[in-house]
Amino acid sequence: MTTSNGAPLERSSGARAGSDFPLVFETSQPGRRAWSLPEAGDSSPALEDVIPAAHRRRDPPALPEVSERDLVRHYTRLSQRNWAIDVGAYPLGSCTMKYNPKISEEAASLPGFSGLHPLSDESLTPGALELLGVLEEALCEATGMSKLTFQPAAGATGELTGLLIMRAFHRSHGEERKRVIIPDSAHGTNPASVSLAGFQAHEVRSDERGLVDLNALRDALDADVAGLMLTNPNTLGLFERDIEKIAEAMHEVGGLLYYDGANFNSIVGVVRPGDMGFDIVHLNLHKTFATPHGGGGPGSGPLAVSERLARFLPAPVLGWDEGAERWFWDEDRPDSIGRIHSFHGNFGINVRAYCYLRSLGPQGLRRVAERAVLNANYLRVLVRESFPTVYEGTCMHEFVATAKPLRKHGVRGMDVAKRLIDLGYHPPTVYFPLVVEEALMVEPTETESRETIDGLAAALNQIAEEAATDPDLLHAAPVTTPVARPDEARAARDLKVRWTP
Amino acid sequence: MPSEVPNDRRYTKEHEWAQERDGRIVVGITHFAQDQLGDVVFVGLPEAGTEVQAGQPMGEVESTKSVSDVYSPVNGTIIERNAEVESNPELINNDPYGSGWLVSIDGDVAALEGLMSAQEYATATEQEQP
Repeated sequence: MTTSNGAPLERSSGARAGSDFPLVFETSQPGRRAWSLPEAGDSSPALEDVIPAAHRRRDPPALPEVSERDLVRHYTRLSQRNWAIDVGAYPLGSCTMKYNPKISEEAASLPGFSGLHPLSDESLTPGALELLGVLEEALCEATGMSKLTFQPAAGATGELTGLLIMRAFHRSHGEERKRVIIPDSAHGTNPASVSLAGFQAHEVRSDERGLVDLNALRDALDADVAGLMLTNPNTLGLFERDIEKIAEAMHEVGGLLYYDGANFNSIVGVVRPGDMGFDIVHLNLHKTFATPHGGGGPGSGPLAVSERLARFLPAPVLGWDEGAERWFWDEDRPDSIGRIHSFHGNFGINVRAYCYLRSLGPQGLRRVAERAVLNANYLRVLVRESFPTVYEGTCMHEFVATAKPLRKHGVRGMDVAKRLIDLGYHPPTVYFPLVVEEALMVEPTETESRETIDGLAAALNQIAEEAATDPDLLHAAPVTTPVARPDEARAARDLKVRWTP
Repeated sequence: MPSEVPNDRRYTKEHEWAQERDGRIVVGITHFAQDQLGDVVFVGLPEAGTEVQAGQPMGEVESTKSVSDVYSPVNGTIIERNAEVESNPELINNDPYGSGWLVSIDGDVAALEGLMSAQEYATATEQEQP
């Protein structure tokens, strides 16, 4: 393949993204502008009066100087390089890359929502408050919780918020508990959030079923344990069948149960975390409730808690004024852990989630979960000869297969992922969870058709055959993209986050 | 991909090697371990003077795929950490038994006898091979 000017396309490691067109900095021409403003008149205040000298920069910022046309072309070309859910299947395990309905975009674009200033007075925003109020009630109903905050910007912020509430709860009993239990299959954000919140992560291993080892858990429990963080179904796509026993054991030592909502898509409308014994739940609206993510938009990670924890939620929370029959921001929360985000989270995402919820209704949500699980199991069975799962039995919304059988041909999970790009599919998550060697974590979601899943299965089975007959084809993949294999190791060892000429 | 396991040192089931050199115990991770990890991009090692306990995590090795704890093979005190490997973590991939060593420990040399021999380690990892 060559570039538009005939030069061979650089494929080696370290090739920059979109290497057949220049960086926006490289198209810069002195004085070129994408805007024009009228000259400042005599009545304008002097710069010295507006910005004190200490806060003025000495040199203009080194921004690219380009016209609007150049800038639009640059970003449009970049966007054409992107894989997106609107382009094709995206079975990236643990990310729930479902199709995002366009009606939700339309709702979020309504000027009354998109033009709303976050400092607008409550009296001017009853519609926005009602939307949040109704969404809160619906999400609390779906999780079996009592009260909720929209502040967390995404899942990991929700985790931190939940852990700070956990600490506030124990402190209210005069306790400084130090440890939080995390299964070895957990998302990496869980131990990171635990550390950030000032706790120590205590890892508990999985058993031969791929589930939390109950005995190992019981051995780890004492009065120093603040709580447990669990994803159910877990990261292997397996439902933690002992959850009631786990909850009982945790509560016996006074610990709290935190539900990581990463995998909520597989149980929404079917079973509620609150009924399993969880005390704190975060939801990833950008996963389960079909709002854009993965470079496509900000997330939203509302955090819901049971009644006994409601007083610790970040202030303000939404209140319902019975007399005036309206929603209001309740700032009178003396036990609150305080704000963790400005204003009320990513409001536009909440509008999309509300729209999705109202479009589907409770029965529709249940069908989402049922079809997500059905699709995952259908695909799992279609590819199990080529890519077996390590743990037996049916899966939930995703499954973790292994590329280990291909290692005898010198082919690894990464080669499978790269080849899948050439065959027209986004790769699954690879090398995660860590407890499975050469892991391929596949989540087709409920929004793909049977034809698409059949095609994906055929591609995966074809790759397994190619591994035996032509492994070099897999090592060379992808050949259809401008950049083949970015050097991840060098990028991590020699991190450069600032462009220099 | 089986490879030679050096006979001149002892091994743990967590894939560390330990070798006595001039009364010190030098510790690294095995070829098998680095192959499983893939390209190592970061190494976190304990400072000199840190007390370490056999079987307990004393540091971590991060690759493009994962982060793994490094366990101390013996009880003792850290004498030195390999500054070279901290700035060039690829040494662990290129030369795990040589310049990719991690720390030296002032510890119980006799305890090395309780660890696996090269033969035992080779047999143990063969079972983990594809």
